[in-house]
Parts: sequence; structure tokens; C-alpha cells
Amino acid sequence: MESNKDLCTVERRGRVHLITITGAGEHRLNPDLLAALRSAVAASAGAGALVLAAEGKFFSNGFDQAWARTAPPHLHGTMDGGLRALVADLLALRMPTVAAVTGHAAAAGCALALVHDAVLMRGSRGFLYMSEVDVGIKFVDFVAAVLRDKVPDAAARRDLVLRGDRVAAPEAVRRGLVDAAIDGGPEDVVAAAVAEAERLAARGWDGEAVAEIRKAAWPQLWGQVKDHGAGPAPAGVRPRL
Amino acid sequence: MCTLQQRGSVFVLTLTGDGEHRLGHALISSLRSAVASAAEAAAKAGPGAALVTVGEGRFFSNGLDIGWAGTSRARLSELVAALRPLAADLLALPMPTVAAVTGHASAGGCLLALCHDYRVMRGDRGVLYMSEVDIGLPLPPYFMAVLRAKITAANALRDVALRGKKVRAAEGKEMGIVDAVYPSADETAVEAFKLAEQLAARKWDGGVYASIRMSMYPEACRSVGIVEESDEEKRKHFASKL
Repeated sequence: MESNKDLCTVERRGRVHLITITGAGEHRLNPDLLAALRSAVAASAGAGALVLAAEGKFFSNGFDQAWARTAPPHLHGTMDGGLRALVADLLALRMPTVAAVTGHAAAAGCALALVHDAVLMRGSRGFLYMSEVDVGIKFVDFVAAVLRDKVPDAAARRDLVLRGDRVAAPEAVRRGLVDAAIDGGPEDVVAAAVAEAERLAARGWDGEAVAEIRKAAWPQLWGQVKDHGAGPAPAGVRPRL
Repeated sequence: MCTLQQRGSVFVLTLTGDGEHRLGHALISSLRSAVASAAEAAAKAGPGAALVTVGEGRFFSNGLDIGWAGTSRARLSELVAALRPLAADLLALPMPTVAAVTGHASAGGCLLALCHDYRVMRGDRGVLYMSEVDIGLPLPPYFMAVLRAKITAANALRDVALRGKKVRAAEGKEMGIVDAVYPSADETAVEAFKLAEQLAARKWDGGVYASIRMSMYPEACRSVGIVEESDEEKRKHFASKL
């Protein structure tokens, strides 16, 4: 089994906790990568904001069907369960989150990007693609909830999930799927995402407030995943308004 | 009242005649039969099908048959209840659906158009119009659920439901309710058919398509009476696809 260190790296840039999925492959979300990402997210404690990026041509091409084909059926649940838990961790995270979509983001990989508070995407390469309709796979409940909560426009959502549009960055911005299209190479996208994360960190927001507000902003999605994450760190006594 | 034709992979459902295509028991029943036939035929033929619904004459549909209902609240309730399963049939249909809005689509007729995945509409004439506020009728819960699912811009929903706005095609496009506008009824029907052909050519698995559609509008689906698919059923499906 590969060590988690091989699957993603973590570094601090100023107040930003940068997670990079490593390697030139498709970064398929199998239980190992999901566990590595969860560890990397957990390691963000103390930072002011989080960025998730990836090396190579792909941000993530979705769940790992090849793995599922060889794994015993009773373990398949660990794959969507692993993503469900990662999503819960990201929604409950006590700092702003930014996805740097440096390459193609498809299916569960696209959903993972959209879970972040902000999404920056490489302008000239790569697309968002909810491939499930083309491949013939139904949506897991929380993936459907990501799309409903994060793509509220009915036509944009329909075109993404029911027409299997491959959406490049400029169009993704126009449709309200991502926040910005960034010129240049993957490093430029990462730098822009880190800069955005740094700006968010500079607001000095109370982390618990960020987490509570975010969970309340996406109640459908939070409801689907809330029992699966790492759970809250012990909190001090806080005044409730 | 209505006809169903199959042209290649596209099922064309036509509301026939020059009248208002008022949704009374007979027409609703015919539409349900036709839609069920299309689904059955598509299931036998394999992946890659689409439905186009088109109206002849000046109307797509002018809504429930309130002439038949008269002053009887009971009759009106009956019609509202009868339309609900047709809405469910369309929201659960295992193929992409296109409404060719070739004339006025009011109230229940507008709802019918909104139950389709895509709407193409003639630009020269005709409006989408939820007339209920003007008539003094509240919207049945499932009507509102479908409106909320398909009209997601807050101001657009306000204008359509609360202001009884008569929405022409071009404006409908800006509001995100209409996908394409064509100069005449004939062109609208032709282009709707072409769109349906393109969608059918993607050869999507009908069951998967319907499942994804329904997962996008769970409240509307519940409201029209569709039973939600369980995660266990989905997991079995996933395993079978490996």
C-alpha cells in the first residue's frame, strides 16, 4: 500500500495550507487517496485558509471504477463513504476553502471541487464534466446535493448533469459554476488560489463561525454528510447569539 | 386529442386540433397513455430515445378544463389531482424531454411545459403564463414545487407566480425558463425535433437519465408523488455496471 505521503503533499504558504494531489495520473478518488486527503485536511489546523490543487492534466477524474471492479462489493461503500467523509470535513472546516482546478475535474472530482467555498480554474485547459449520464452511473445522494446547493440555476445544473456538457473555464465562469478563470499554467492557478486564500485568511474570521455559517448555508448537503466527518474538535464555551 | 408518433429515436407527442388543448380527464388520460407507450417502446429499443411534445394551432395548452369544472370546487380539485400523475410521468420519464411551445401555455399548460427538460418556444406569438393569481386561485402544492424547481432566479419566480407575468419567448430565455427561441411555430417544432434527435443520439441509459433528473428535483418529485429510489437500489446498480 502506498504511503499517504505519495498521494498528496501539504505545505504552508503564509497562512495558507496548500494540499496538492501528486502525480501525472487521473487522481481517481479511491479509498487510499481519500484517506490521504482527509489526513491532509486534518493537518490544516492552525492555518487561516485551505487550498486543494493537483499536479498534471487532471484535478480528479472521479471515483475509481477500476479499483471497484477488483474490490469485494462490501468494500465499495468505503469509496463513496470516504468522499462523503471528506466532504463533511471540508464543510466543517474552520477556515475558508479554495479549489484550484488545475486540470480536468469530472464526476465525483468535479463535485469535490464545487464543495469548496471558492473555485478557481485554469483558463486555457481543462473542463468540468459531470460524466455520469454519459457513463451510465446514477448519482450518490450527497453528490446530487452538491450540485443542487452549489449550482442553483436550473438550466446551468441541467446542462451540466443531464446534458454532460464539458465546460471550460470561461464558460464555467459565465454559468456561475466557478469564481474565476486564471490565465497561464497550473502554477499560476495555484498561485492565484493561494493569493485568494491569503486574502480570505486576512479577514481574520473566527473559524468556528465560518464552519457554522457554511454548514447552515448548504443545509441539504450538510444534512447528507454530517454524520460521517471527523467531527468537531473540542470547543470552548461560546456565546450564542 | 393527442397522437404519438415514433420518428427514428424520437417520440412526437402532439396535442391535436386548433382548440385550447384544455387538460380535462380525457386529454390527461390520453397523454398519460401516450407517454407510457413511449417509455415502453424505448425500453424495448434500448438506449437513446427522446420525447417532443408539441401543440397544433394557437395553443400549447391553456390549462385545466375549467369550463368542465364550472363553479364546482370539487371538479376543479379532481382535475388538479388528475394532472399530478402526468407531471410525475414526465419528471420520471426515462428519456430526455423537449416541450415545443408552439402557442400559449397557461396555468396547467405552462406547468406541462415546465415538466419537460427543455423548452423551445416561438418568438413571434404566445406566452407562458401562470394565470392563477389573476384568476384568484392558489397554486396547488405540486404546481409550486415544479415552479420552484425549474424557475430558480428569485425575481423570475416572483414575476411568473406572484405577478402573473405573461412571458414571451425572448424574455423567457433571459429568465432561464426558455432554452431557445424560433421565429415561427413551424420552425419551433422542427428545431425541437432536431434537439430531441441530438439528445437521443447521446444514447443515454434511460433509467440512469431519469434517476439523475429526479435527484436534481427531489422536492418536486416528492410533491408529484414519485417514490424516491433508495441508496441500496443505486448501489446495486453501480455494482452491476462495473
